[in-house]
Amino acid sequence: MSAGSMDAGDFAAWIRRTAERVSADAERLTRLDAAIGDGDHGLNLDRGFRAAVEALPGDVPPGAVLIAAGRAIVSKTGGASGPLYGTALRRAGKAFGDAADVDAAALGSALRAALQGVQDLGKAVEGDKTMVDALAPAVAAYEAALADGSGLAGCARAAAEAAAKGADGTVPMRARKGRASYLGERSEGHLDPGASSTALVLRALADVAGSDGVAGSDAAGEG
Amino acid sequence: MRKLINAPADVVSDALRGLAAAHPSLKVDPGNGTVIRGDAPRSGKVALVSGGGSGHEPLHAGFVGHGMLDAACCGEVFTSPVPDQIIAATMAVDGGAGVLHLVKNYTGDVMNFQMAAELAEDEDIEVVSVVVDDDVAVEDSTFTAGRRGTGATLFAEKIAGALAEEGAPLADVAAVAREVNERSRSFGVALSSCTVPAAGTPTFELGEDEMELGIGIHGEPGRERVRVGTAAQIVDATLSAIDADMPLSGSEVLVLVNGMGGTPLIEQYVAYAAAAEWLEAHGATVVRRLVGPYVTSLEMAGCMISVCRVTPELIRLWDAPVETPGLRWGR
Repeated sequence: MSAGSMDAGDFAAWIRRTAERVSADAERLTRLDAAIGDGDHGLNLDRGFRAAVEALPGDVPPGAVLIAAGRAIVSKTGGASGPLYGTALRRAGKAFGDAADVDAAALGSALRAALQGVQDLGKAVEGDKTMVDALAPAVAAYEAALADGSGLAGCARAAAEAAAKGADGTVPMRARKGRASYLGERSEGHLDPGASSTALVLRALADVAGSDGVAGSDAAGEG
Repeated sequence: MRKLINAPADVVSDALRGLAAAHPSLKVDPGNGTVIRGDAPRSGKVALVSGGGSGHEPLHAGFVGHGMLDAACCGEVFTSPVPDQIIAATMAVDGGAGVLHLVKNYTGDVMNFQMAAELAEDEDIEVVSVVVDDDVAVEDSTFTAGRRGTGATLFAEKIAGALAEEGAPLADVAAVAREVNERSRSFGVALSSCTVPAAGTPTFELGEDEMELGIGIHGEPGRERVRVGTAAQIVDATLSAIDADMPLSGSEVLVLVNGMGGTPLIEQYVAYAAAAEWLEAHGATVVRRLVGPYVTSLEMAGCMISVCRVTPELIRLWDAPVETPGLRWGR
């Protein structure tokens, strides 16, 4: 990775890093889901990102990497997380076009497109206790960091931090979308599993965009 | 976890291999999780495709056959199928008259079927989707994802399937499915949790004297947790919730007393006796009934009651011949 951009290898590293983090946390995500859903979020996402890693194509631009990963996730995950994560990655990939290198501004636009894709499909807004509560503040933080002149690594770090904070903020919320919405007030007091997994995905992005420029390393440290 | 399985990851494909071996009239693809009528596609007949997470057997794969579904798409346990499965099934059963997708109102099912319907459009297959949302346990409001789809799915699959078998056009088949959904309500009670094979531990814990009112069909927690009551009290709570939402007095009704998978038939009949008495006492006339485990939640104990306020035409279609692994009469 050059200082201010990411290439196809870096995006493949992001998908692999996400798969590692999801796999390591699968049991925790499943337990979160058992509290307010049906207890399969970690299992499903683990299956989906493993499939995404297997589907990673060689020698294609970054956009094609994310589109292939997104397709694999839609094909293998099921539930709501398959369409939502799959659409997010495909929309981000489409936003890159054929570019071989993606700079901080282009990545910001792609994250915005991913958020739009998730909202088009899931119809959720901030405050509904869904992955949007992590993704929307992450995109906003990324854009704010970009406007402040941060490089790609700094923007990604800001996004990861905002996503984690956004996920934590779902605890007191009452779910209005997804399976947890059927619980009404009983959904309050639980961390939303989708917001939690979204925070993992953005943490993985910050990992690979780390300032030392070593793609796939854990230089940025644990969440 | 004590379960009759080989490996948690293989539960669905192993079960489908068994279904195929037991019912040679079906075309089963265990790897893809699709179950298709042996005689599909039928030229000029509207095809019905449903599906959802596995773990609700006999729903949906057990309802594939004459007079009901043309195909079922089986997702992982409690996880909706993916668009690839749904489009494969849709293309396999389309006989040129279009395909009806019957979808239970769960976010994942709705999204995956929606993506599959878009793919079908690219293949020039006409698809109409009807979403079933009969569960009164959750409040219907513009702020929620709406009601869950549960027991009325069986009513819709049977009745729309009968009309399709007669050669009715897609618009009519979809309309009758919508009508059944609008006339149906369900409410469920859990007396124990189930264990998803891949998770290995019970989804929720219930105390010895507790029950969960208003459950869905995935072992997800319900509306509230209360002290367990007698069968008559449970049935009263269930039918009162349905009656409060859709008054039953003066109606002819089709009733399903559905075991959730872990409740023996003797208790389901105890519940049905209470339900029949309750309905008569409240001015409803039971004209058709079904008692048994039809829409299950693995080995969860408890029951769900579904009621449809029928018309003579709906009764006629309910009575039409059906021949599937899970439902069979008149043929």
